[in-house]
Amino acid sequence: MNPAVREAEILVVGGGAAGLCAAAEAAVAGARVLVLESDLHLGGQLVKQTHKFFGSKDEFAGTRGFKIAGKILDEMASCKDKIETVTNANVMGYYPEDGVVTVMVGEDEYFKVKPARIVMATGAQERLIAFPNNDLPGVYGAGAVQTLMNVYGVSPGDRVLMVGAGNIGLIVSYQLMQAGVQVAAILEAMPNIGGYWVHAAKIRRLGVPILLRHTIKAALGDVVVEGAIVRSLANGETFKIDCDIICLAVGLSPTAEILWQAGCEMKYVPELCGYVPIRNARQRTTNDDVWVAGDAAGIEEASSAMVEGRIAGLDAAASLGYEIDESRFGVYEERLKALRSGETASRIRAGLARVSANGFLGGMTSDGFQ
Amino acid sequence: MPLIERHPILDFKHDGKVEFTFDGKAMEGFEGEPIAAALHSNGVKIYRETPEMKRPRGFFCAIGKCSSCFMVVDGVPNVRTCVTPLRRGMAVLTQRGRGSVSIAEGEARR
Repeated sequence: MNPAVREAEILVVGGGAAGLCAAAEAAVAGARVLVLESDLHLGGQLVKQTHKFFGSKDEFAGTRGFKIAGKILDEMASCKDKIETVTNANVMGYYPEDGVVTVMVGEDEYFKVKPARIVMATGAQERLIAFPNNDLPGVYGAGAVQTLMNVYGVSPGDRVLMVGAGNIGLIVSYQLMQAGVQVAAILEAMPNIGGYWVHAAKIRRLGVPILLRHTIKAALGDVVVEGAIVRSLANGETFKIDCDIICLAVGLSPTAEILWQAGCEMKYVPELCGYVPIRNARQRTTNDDVWVAGDAAGIEEASSAMVEGRIAGLDAAASLGYEIDESRFGVYEERLKALRSGETASRIRAGLARVSANGFLGGMTSDGFQ
Repeated sequence: MPLIERHPILDFKHDGKVEFTFDGKAMEGFEGEPIAAALHSNGVKIYRETPEMKRPRGFFCAIGKCSSCFMVVDGVPNVRTCVTPLRRGMAVLTQRGRGSVSIAEGEARR
């Protein structure tokens, strides 16, 4: 083991949509960047998406998710002498007294790094809901199901019950059918479909029922899932659904532990799905050396995560004295505004208004907080 | 569960076949894929047994965060099999309880 502390100008924690854009942006500006990714490959959630993105042309709308990851990696490759990436690397701790970050690679290799600046793009983790037998093998998170089938080409099962009709539940149901897996039904406790209608319509056309005001009462099976008891919230009626996989798409929480360790001022914001750091319009947190971008800053979607990453990377590079084109901030800000302009983004706008250090959608100052 | 052979969008390479064992039984997987994915494609869903209630646990989050897929790999307990790449000849065991490493084993690994 090498006890030496490695140096880095900008450390990017997380090699997903936000982190890769931050790295690309900072490296183009001239900074030396180290990207640490806990998974075995870069690309985060992007590499698991088979559908064409909406959003804006600038964030590759019309391109399938897994191809977008490739495009950002190509951009990084254009300044590859500036960027180092390490996969299967978990950031374990941040020590505010000296700014040292500890990293575990695989299961038993460790190193320390002392970066001048950090962009936290740690993403999110899946929520679990309580019901009897929710720990049985066969009850899987939606992201896990996507990883199995879309990254590794392994069929998760024969017949899936999906819990949750938000965008993830809808998209993963469609992806399951692309992989040749039967979807028994999609349950949604709310009286309406949470995700986009275009995703819901594709599923309904394929004959999969979306059962509104229904929830899972229990998973059935002795050692693995063999079915589920479903309950109507409208009339209390219960019935059995045969399935070997129960897929949970019941929401995400920002991965915030490392932001807490870094002493960033945190706030619980239900609209952003958990504790998120207070930050200025350039994604800088109350720890002057730390920026945040993507789902770690609040659960949203990949297009805005990519723009947040670009803003964070650019601002972190600028703070180190690298010459940047200031007008880029205005361009990115406009893109975010456009992505967050619709009716469906009203929740996001309300959440962001609560964590903005000095006016999120305008009145930016580069020198932090007043 | 089988491998996905036909997909309208994605093209899976599925190359680099290697042998490994699960509880002593010979299996095949692909070099570098997570151990948990290799087990799943061999139809194995139960990866460990909890210490107190003896409940079966398997795959869950696939991002190395939830501890559900801990197994004993080449004698080392509590390995996150969802993010640990499969290598030729690995000996993978169902983990029962918390797992332990003897002092002698620990010393040998240093």
